[in-house]
Amino acid sequence: MMKTLIIAEHENGVIKSATLSAVTAAKALAAPMDMLVVGSNPAAAADSAAQIGGVDNVFTVENAALAYPLAELIAPLAKQLSDGYTHILVGASTFGKDLAPRIAALCGVNQLSDVIEVVDATTFKRPIYAGNAIATVKSHDATRVITVRGTAFPAADASGGNATISAADVTVGEAKVRFVRADVTESDRPELDSADIVVSGGRGVGSKEDFSKVFELADKLGAAVGASRAAVDSGFVPNDMQVGQTGKMVAPKLYIAVGISGAIQHIAGMKESGVIVAINKDEEAPIFKVADYGLVGDLHEILPELVSKI
Amino acid sequence: MKAIVAVKRVIDYNVKVRVKADRTDVDLANTKMSINPFCEIAVEEAVRLKEAGVVSEIVVVSVGPKAVQEQMRYAMALGADRGIQVETDSTPSSLDVARLLAKINEEEQADLFILGKQAIDTDNNQTGQMLAALLDIPQATFASEVKIADGRAEVTREVDGGLVTVEVHLPAVVTTDLRLNEPRFAALPKIMQAKRKPLVVKTLDELGVSLSHSIELLAVEPPAERQAGVRVASVDELLEKLRNEAQVL
Repeated sequence: MMKTLIIAEHENGVIKSATLSAVTAAKALAAPMDMLVVGSNPAAAADSAAQIGGVDNVFTVENAALAYPLAELIAPLAKQLSDGYTHILVGASTFGKDLAPRIAALCGVNQLSDVIEVVDATTFKRPIYAGNAIATVKSHDATRVITVRGTAFPAADASGGNATISAADVTVGEAKVRFVRADVTESDRPELDSADIVVSGGRGVGSKEDFSKVFELADKLGAAVGASRAAVDSGFVPNDMQVGQTGKMVAPKLYIAVGISGAIQHIAGMKESGVIVAINKDEEAPIFKVADYGLVGDLHEILPELVSKI
Repeated sequence: MKAIVAVKRVIDYNVKVRVKADRTDVDLANTKMSINPFCEIAVEEAVRLKEAGVVSEIVVVSVGPKAVQEQMRYAMALGADRGIQVETDSTPSSLDVARLLAKINEEEQADLFILGKQAIDTDNNQTGQMLAALLDIPQATFASEVKIADGRAEVTREVDGGLVTVEVHLPAVVTTDLRLNEPRFAALPKIMQAKRKPLVVKTLDELGVSLSHSIELLAVEPPAERQAGVRVASVDELLEKLRNEAQVL
């Protein structure tokens, strides 16, 4: 008898899109689905979780020590609940990537990262080598601990469900780790991993000041802003804007790459986008090989013109 | 303070992989192999901690066939003091490597484990977290800054929303992100010296660990390729295409 447990990632009472994508992946398993919601005050998030279509039971753990989601505390909770679950799913965000391997090791099983397709209950597809190859893997473990790549599964409907909420019968341990502070990038723009349009800038943008032109175009389009590793390493923008193999995976309807040459590692993070536009002064730039529309020219002239004409 | 750094031999960062014609795996024959870039950052961080007087000894560990000694020697050229190779021709999973490191630590009793956050071949991002779980010690993943004092490490982590700083009691596992440091180049004299540093080879039998083999690789395919599109000549033409042809504006 199959049964799936999803570990929820939430903020301000809202279940994150990475978790909603995991729900969609779990539906492909066609098994009963429960969700674990932990926090210092998880009631609002638990209510949100209970409304997600397809979720049967929501288990909560309320503890002041869980104010920041530490893998050292959450993994043992998942382990305590794991009996009877054939699948444990987490979104492949930094939350999920930090947590899932720790759960798997406590359960004594291997883990499957960044799953992009559920072939059957034990067989999954996942990208390897920065997405330059797709592996089909079969898990022979009793519990499959999986992180789900959000760009491969649409977010599940956050309404229409009516799950039962109850407190999980588990014990919160002590962690030899302390949350010190978060330096969160405040932005009114849409989130990178769920925006319909993403405008990304690379080293070719030139400087931190010139990156404002990228922001202007994004704001005109109601888009999220991303960046290549080169732009982040050059200090133009903060790390959480990096799109690529080791940054964020995005798959918007429209992706506009500005001054980005198109390293393999960057393309790995955006090639699932619906339509790709590349703007670059170097007509030989590899980014044009994946772009639906390429415009060769000086971005410092093209960006203001775009802003004025949209 | 003793640090264990694990390194993996992988396809070189700049080489584009090809899938084998029979689609059983990628083709690594005659391919340039290097130390995984995140592992290199891990070695560099350990060396900097040693130079700062925080770490006194760096033990580099790798799991794989004899060829991994090349990457271990490279780590020693950067500054690792000695090496432990776990020799196997099989491909270990992340859990296998974590179990082997935990086993090695029974003898080594390290205070700090620095691992790359992921290997650029399997892109798993698992081993550090699994090792921390097996040893029941804290983990500070995706580190962009590490400060060590008074038996604790204050680690800044790169997470989805920005940066998060945690303080972990040692022993602890740190996994490295790209911006933690820029590894130095190994100077020729250091490369020569590294050949004489101690390197112990252990077998799985000696360590009493058998590989799990619970993840079976059924097939490897190339990804769906995007077709290159068209060049447009002007902003006006671009907007026209986006509005009328692609219909995304």
